[in-house]
Amino acid sequence: MIGIVSYGGYIPRLRLSRKVIVQNMAWYSPVIFAYAQGEKAVANWDEDALSMAVNAACDCLAGQEKAAVDGVYLASTTLPYADRLNADILATALHVREAGLGAADFTGCLKAGTTALISALDALAAGKKKSVLVAAGDQRRTKMASAQEMLYGDGAAALLVGGDRVIAEFQDSYSVSCDFADHYRGAGKEFDYSWEERWAREQGFGKIIPEAITGFLKKTGTSIGDYDRIVYPCYFAATHAGIARRLKADPAKVQDPMHAVCGDTGAAHPLVLLLAVLEEAKPGDRILLAGFGQGCDVLSFRVTEEIRNLKPRRGIRGSLANRAEMTNYAKYIKFRDLIEADLGIRGEANPNASLTILWRNRAKLLGLVGGKCRGCGTPQYTFTPVCVNPDCQAIGQMEDYEFADKGGAVFMYTGDMLAASVDPPAIYGIVDFEGGGRLLADFTDCTLDAIRVGLPVRMSFRRRVKDDMRGFTGYFWKVVPQATEARS
Amino acid sequence: MATGIRDKVAIIGMGCSRFGERWDAGPDDLMVEAFQECIADAGIEKKQIQAAWFGSCLDEVNVGKSALPPSMALRLPNIGVTRTENYCASGTEAFRGAVYAVASGAYDICMAIGVEKLKDIGYAGLPDFASGMGMTNVQWFPNMTAPGCFAMLGSSYAAKYGIDMKELKRAMAHVSAKSHANGALNPKAHLRNPVTEEIILKSPMVAYPLGLFDCCGVSDGSACAIVATPEIARSLGKKDFVTVKALQVSLSNGEEMSYTNWDGSGFVTAAKASTEAYREAGITNPREEISMMEVHDCFSITELITMEDLHISSRGQATKDIMDGFYDLSGKVPCQVDGGLKCFGHPIGASGLRMIYEMYLQIHGRAGERQLKDPKFGLTHNLGGFPFMNVCSIAIVGKQDA
Repeated sequence: MIGIVSYGGYIPRLRLSRKVIVQNMAWYSPVIFAYAQGEKAVANWDEDALSMAVNAACDCLAGQEKAAVDGVYLASTTLPYADRLNADILATALHVREAGLGAADFTGCLKAGTTALISALDALAAGKKKSVLVAAGDQRRTKMASAQEMLYGDGAAALLVGGDRVIAEFQDSYSVSCDFADHYRGAGKEFDYSWEERWAREQGFGKIIPEAITGFLKKTGTSIGDYDRIVYPCYFAATHAGIARRLKADPAKVQDPMHAVCGDTGAAHPLVLLLAVLEEAKPGDRILLAGFGQGCDVLSFRVTEEIRNLKPRRGIRGSLANRAEMTNYAKYIKFRDLIEADLGIRGEANPNASLTILWRNRAKLLGLVGGKCRGCGTPQYTFTPVCVNPDCQAIGQMEDYEFADKGGAVFMYTGDMLAASVDPPAIYGIVDFEGGGRLLADFTDCTLDAIRVGLPVRMSFRRRVKDDMRGFTGYFWKVVPQATEARS
Repeated sequence: MATGIRDKVAIIGMGCSRFGERWDAGPDDLMVEAFQECIADAGIEKKQIQAAWFGSCLDEVNVGKSALPPSMALRLPNIGVTRTENYCASGTEAFRGAVYAVASGAYDICMAIGVEKLKDIGYAGLPDFASGMGMTNVQWFPNMTAPGCFAMLGSSYAAKYGIDMKELKRAMAHVSAKSHANGALNPKAHLRNPVTEEIILKSPMVAYPLGLFDCCGVSDGSACAIVATPEIARSLGKKDFVTVKALQVSLSNGEEMSYTNWDGSGFVTAAKASTEAYREAGITNPREEISMMEVHDCFSITELITMEDLHISSRGQATKDIMDGFYDLSGKVPCQVDGGLKCFGHPIGASGLRMIYEMYLQIHGRAGERQLKDPKFGLTHNLGGFPFMNVCSIAIVGKQDA
């Protein structure tokens, strides 16, 4: 049996009510009223598709056998690098093995997430791989007052597929590929270019998805009534319902596309929706999943008894519950870098990143892998081979010690108004980890007034450098204080 | 067996430029200003200086690398000049170089000079760290500034002693108000306006819990010292000269930021360096024996906590001593007699020498309106870097026979 072994989700904490967009931009484009229901998930200023995918993947791999992972696939249409394998950045952040690992980026269309999943499952079915992590994330840039600004949200999902302890058995897949371009984004362009919506609804979503699902049913000899949960993306509400009607599917079995709570998360969205279904699933449920974009992928799964043994996790449900409302539209468009605000001369400093240093320290800098001294057992995040424990100071005795999944507590902190930041004050400090070790780091997803010495924290993978001059994007881990409820 | 530096070297002359936003002066002008006063005070000729040490810190925005800047600005006679850079201890390090050179017997007369020209960068505060932290640290250090890093101490100190932040802020305000009062008496100081605690407490937040008036001035300036053996000092006709009693430097080794034994209530380095300095100077009860201090009050919280690390205030008792006026100009151990970094200013490479300059003036009874009565031992303290990763230097100077 092969199939899904584990899953993890990440929807960013910030939510922007669509009313806020309408209040600010309907004067310019009244048509956006049409989508003004609910809210969308918005990446913080220090997040992107890759950082969110890493956090979803960490959620997915918690408690799993990382050493067995022999494939890492990353799907997105908004990856930071055109030539530098983004999936390898993901793999390094996860601290999975390098030797014997196959890694690949899946990109170029919105069904890249389901295509990556099918590719992973095909590799398992062929006996070529044992355990593949599939992560998808998207953080698409949208113009102000566009339909896309209303419809698109940010988020990520990850699935571990393998042959042991399968929680949802893979049954079959079927794909349609065709160059139906209701929108495209040219190489090097920031924004989607979209054709008439009516055409996208009627000839795209409303036709291609039902035809592909019908093709799948025919291939597998099943009928739509055999499936307990039917999952497909479509951000046009009436079209989404129309697809179910055309398939003669029971509307109660069709997964809500989450427009109201997070928006369409692009290449990640079919997987985000699948996670939402898995979080509610019971053994025996049969799930039909479709991904749309230049055709359509269709897959089906059958939930097993093993799902009862899956440990609790953040997932999509937990992500949605961790919510901070963004009420300031100007802040949102600044976070998306759609407007230019003065950062001061201090903000000009822009040293390049040394690629030799990044390579030498890749586990430390991308994976937050410190050392644990074989001599005295002290965990430590340092760059010297000499143990920090004054009673030990052994040289060259460090073994890898992962801090990324460790909880901790605030030791000291500040909120700095002098530091150049797009979200002042820049909050940072030192945290002590459970089990030992101490880290100086930026804090994120928090407000200064909620922080206290001793407050519990978790780590989160974030973008810390975006160097537009050189096209470099750099990442590190930041501290996220827990139990902070605040507006942003 | 090492016997320490006590009384092996005399200070025969000192000089210090006016500190401040010296839009009128480049580093060369500042060094000449300090040097002219210094050499006149020493009563020697330039050609008698046999070697020199030069303190400067932020070479990226200051004078550049090497010790050529003072050699060329002062047209020194092709002598050996060595640049010392050790964050905010750079000036005291230059002094240490010159003093050790004389004490070794290698030279009779040496000079230490420090300069920093900070106000050519176009914005307030110190230059951004990113260009000066080393290439690996740049990859992971937070987006931090000097006030932010020292501000963090406020949170851990308050947590350790269960002090309400309002109470701590009040003591920090007293620290700054006292320095403003002292700076107002000093014609060479950068900031010369007395400021009340109320104004300080109302100042805009820079980095929680530090407000604007909790932060020292960012200044241009230079300071200079000429040192010689006591024999040379006497041969030059010097009487009642000032000698070096102790010079200590202590550096973090990374424990504070990576090991969980540091509690964030003090500076590991300052506690060690001061203990060693008292031993070297033969001081057994610093609270009674130290006459005056110039400490590294880059931020009010730094000065407050340093009072404990110098073993003058007991642990957790600095706020009480501060509010009691113990460190005021009229107090038992006046601190920041010349206005401190807070008001005299903080041109980094010059600061350590500027502190010694004030001790020197006081011991010679040349401190004008702020003159203390018959001081014997003066202590200076620099703290460069960050609370969790720093360089500390301490100097004690005193009367020859003290």
